[in-house]
Formats: sequence, C-alpha cells, structure tokens
Amino acid sequence: MASSIRVRAIQNGDVTDVQTLIQHPMDTGLIKDAKGELIPAHFIQQLTFEHNGKTVFLADWGTAVSKDPYVKFAFKGGAKGDDLKVSWVDNKGATDSLTAKIQ
Amino acid sequence: MTASLGCSAEQLATRRLILKGVAAVTLIGLGHAAFGAAPAFAANDPYPEDAFRLKGAAEAIKALYGREHEPSDKIKLDAPEIAENGGVVPIALTTTLPDVTSISFVVSENPNALAASYKIPEGTVPAVANRLKMAKTSNVIALVESGGKLYSATKEVKVTVGGCGG
Repeated sequence: MASSIRVRAIQNGDVTDVQTLIQHPMDTGLIKDAKGELIPAHFIQQLTFEHNGKTVFLADWGTAVSKDPYVKFAFKGGAKGDDLKVSWVDNKGATDSLTAKIQ
Repeated sequence: MTASLGCSAEQLATRRLILKGVAAVTLIGLGHAAFGAAPAFAANDPYPEDAFRLKGAAEAIKALYGREHEPSDKIKLDAPEIAENGGVVPIALTTTLPDVTSISFVVSENPNALAASYKIPEGTVPAVANRLKMAKTSNVIALVESGGKLYSATKEVKVTVGGCGG
C-alpha cells in the first residue's frame, strides 16, 4: 500500500525546508453522513519529524486541522542525503511512518 | 636552572592531568545531560488531550500554557482576509522572537478552539505553515512561546462557507 505520507525535504543553505502532505480524513466527529448518522472523530493527534534521532518538529493536532493535512517548517543541522523520519499517530491508534532523504 | 625547569615541567604535567580530568568529567556530565534530555523530550510531550477538548479559546490557552499572553508585533501571522472555503484555510506564521519553544493556533469560534500546537526544538526555525478548518468567521489567535513567555498575534478571517460541512 502506498504510504499516506508525502514529504519533500530540500536543503537550502544551512536550513532544510520540509513540506509534508498526509492523506487522512481528519473527521471532526461533528458531521453527519448521508444517513444522518454522526461520523466518528478520526484525526491525527501527533506528527513527529526526526533527524539523526533528534526530534526536529512535533505537531499536536486537533480536529480543526484540514482533511489531508499539509504542514511546512524548516530546521538547521540537516545535510543533503540525510534521513528524515516522519511518523504520525491518530486518535484510533493507527500509525504510519516514512523515511525520506534530504535533497 | 634545570631543576626549576624540571619542576615546572612536572607542575605543567600535573596541571594537564588535572585539566584532562576536569574535561573528562565535564564531557561525562554533558553526555549524561544529553542522554537524560533526549528521552525526557519525548516523555514530556504527551498529546495535550484536555486542551484540545475544551470549547473556548481562553480555556484552551490556559490549559495548554497556564499563563497569560501579550500581543507582540514580532509575530507575523499570515491568514486570508476572507476564506471562501472554511474547510481549508491556509495559515502561516513567522516570528523574530528569540528562543521559541512552541507555536500554537487557536480559532476562537470553532467548536473546540485549539486547532494545532507545534513544538519547536532548538535548531528549528520558528515558522510554520498549515491549513485549518474554520466553522465560521472568527479570530485566529497565534501563540508563540519565547524565552518562557507567551506572546500572541490575532487576525480575523471572514468565512463565507463554513468548514464544518453537514
């Protein structure tokens, strides 16, 4: 199965620019489906980025983050070819992770 | 002359040894601190479930940070004046504040005000861009924790179609 995570990490001078898109419904638990039944909340709670075993960015998310979330940040200390590990866990305990190379 | 030279050489050697010892102790100490800090970072960052469950902006901010925030002109909050689709509102923040440890976004009029909170470890640029849902026209409060203090920037975003569907 294709990963839910798409990440692009590009070395730009002394910082690494990281852009991430994740496929996830991010259901709020407040919306009803076609039958009028509430769709249970289903959303990513934590998203972590690790470089050389160090957490460089940690996101705590609620239901107000848009469906198929996008996030962009930058950190210092990375280099071309380094691994960047991205992982998330949602409120149902599901997880996914991906290791990308810094370009 | 030679005796005094020998003596000073010996003293130097002793000094070196002592310095080496100090350096070693310092290194060991730092090593321990670094090892102690790494797992502590993860353990200290449980998901702030309570803050995300609260309804109002003030309550959520209090639960998350436990302190008052003051407006700062060193925070640049980029959000649209008008969002046609409340389901996907692009919001970005940059700041020139020093020693930033976290950045959070609160949408005052959402059913649960706290939308997202980001930890900014040392070495990470204090800037973040993301997309949030907005139920209706509301203030977006961006919070920046800097040097142990809490600063904020607020911007109203007019929403023409709410992001809560249904």
